[in-house]
Amino acid sequence: MSRPRRIIPGFGLTLGSTLLVVSLAVVLPLGALVFKAAGLSWSDYWGYVSDARAIATYRVTLLAAAAATLLDLFLGLLTAWILVRYEFPGRRLLDSAIDLPFALPTAVAGIALAALTVPTGAVGALFAPFGIKIAYAFPGIVLAMSFTSLPFVVRTVQPVLADLEPALEEASSTLGAGRWATFRRVVFPEIFPALLSGAALALVRSLGEFGAVVFIAGNLPFKTEITALLTYVRMDEFDYPGAAALATVILSFALLFLVGVNFLQTRLHRRLHG
Amino acid sequence: MSFAISRSASASGTARRPIRGHPRRIALVILGGGLTGLLILLPLVTVFSYALREGLDVYLRHLATPESRHAIGLTLLAAGVAVPVSTAFGLAAAWTAGKFEFPGRRLLTSVIELPLSVSPIIFGVAYLFVFGMQGVLGPWLDERGVSLAFNVPAIVLVTTMVTLPYVFREVLPLVLAQGVQEEHAAATLGAGGWQTFFRVTLPNIRWALIYGVTLCFARALGEFGAVAVVSGAVRGETNTLTLHIELLSNDRVATGAFAAASILSSIAIVTLLVKTWVESRETRRV
Repeated sequence: MSRPRRIIPGFGLTLGSTLLVVSLAVVLPLGALVFKAAGLSWSDYWGYVSDARAIATYRVTLLAAAAATLLDLFLGLLTAWILVRYEFPGRRLLDSAIDLPFALPTAVAGIALAALTVPTGAVGALFAPFGIKIAYAFPGIVLAMSFTSLPFVVRTVQPVLADLEPALEEASSTLGAGRWATFRRVVFPEIFPALLSGAALALVRSLGEFGAVVFIAGNLPFKTEITALLTYVRMDEFDYPGAAALATVILSFALLFLVGVNFLQTRLHRRLHG
Repeated sequence: MSFAISRSASASGTARRPIRGHPRRIALVILGGGLTGLLILLPLVTVFSYALREGLDVYLRHLATPESRHAIGLTLLAAGVAVPVSTAFGLAAAWTAGKFEFPGRRLLTSVIELPLSVSPIIFGVAYLFVFGMQGVLGPWLDERGVSLAFNVPAIVLVTTMVTLPYVFREVLPLVLAQGVQEEHAAATLGAGGWQTFFRVTLPNIRWALIYGVTLCFARALGEFGAVAVVSGAVRGETNTLTLHIELLSNDRVATGAFAAASILSSIAIVTLLVKTWVESRETRRV
């Protein structure tokens, strides 16, 4: 598709206003943040980002985001599969409800999930007898992150699964492959790039989640504190250099993973469209 | 990169198979539908049942406290600025990135969508490094008697910053898919720029625009992280609905917190209804 420049009007106006707004709203603040961090000496910077409490937050954030992504992969694939393949009562309701985590404020999701999973809550009561704590513990963080990121996996896999040629699977089963073998050898390789791309989006979203997590995490330093919260705490303590240093760590991780997602999506696109 | 994956695959190539009489299919539907349904719908049920557990009177009384009314007003003010700005911006940016080819187009798209994937805390902190007293512009503004930190303007501005990409993200895929032929025809026939936009482009993208605006509204009302950093959270002065929820849940006034949450949840449900309606319009057109 070619997009010639001159015939359609408005290029200068729209590009100009877009660049102006993006500079003010995204580039200026993030630039100021990096500028602030760059004002620190290397040893100070290193001191802030490698402090034991900070290291603990990286571990909690990365482990919880990874666990949430795995949970979303399993649940997302299963959900996309039944939504695309089967006709069942409530299918349309389920299909519409998948996007709820995009529309529901994360703080609301956080207090609701916490209320459900405390030992006296409807779900928490099922786990309490076995000594499993969900709210105000690590599993609560994983739950909050997988809630907010689940739509990414479902919505990336769904269209690819729907476009899959039924003839391929029929051929496979005609040739004597069982259901599992057909799924593993025929369906899975086709949807793998979409699955990977959905997982990467879910991971980025989980790493950046704040609202849902702080209400359910308990926020104990060294145990259930995520990096974004520690940045907030530093800000609250008027420790601006410390906040700036931690913020650059989060920003670098997000950019790194975004570049990864971009790369995956380009490959996925090439694979789908030749 | 593109985050525009929220459109569900409604026009499927394969026919959906019935599950009746197929134990394996029934088991998969119960497992997947049950787990996902519970994960997504239980929190919603919880919000309303906790909000109403002391009766409708108490619920309404919680919503009518001066703090609640102030929080609702301030939240609507922030959304009232953020949504029109994001809409105008989203349309302009989608026009530039969707109708023209220029170097850096993909980079521009990625930068616009950055607030979607970076923790909102970062944007709150970055905002204060611009407009706070230790920021690059804060002291200069202060000398001129302007303060843009820990007050209402800060909440409005930071909400606008974080919700900026939503309309753009929903509209861009449609603008790209539509191509440029119709606009070419309009321009060739002598239509001006605005005329082309209102008569040709806008009707083509209006459903995505409606959903984008609704989603932007829901996110603006529900913004938490960035607002928490820049507001100072002074009760009755700079408290939005989500900050109000946080204060009440810290105070253990859970019913009040859930009453406030029920307003935001209702908006989220309306957003989903709009999306479902918009998609049914789109499928009918195809």
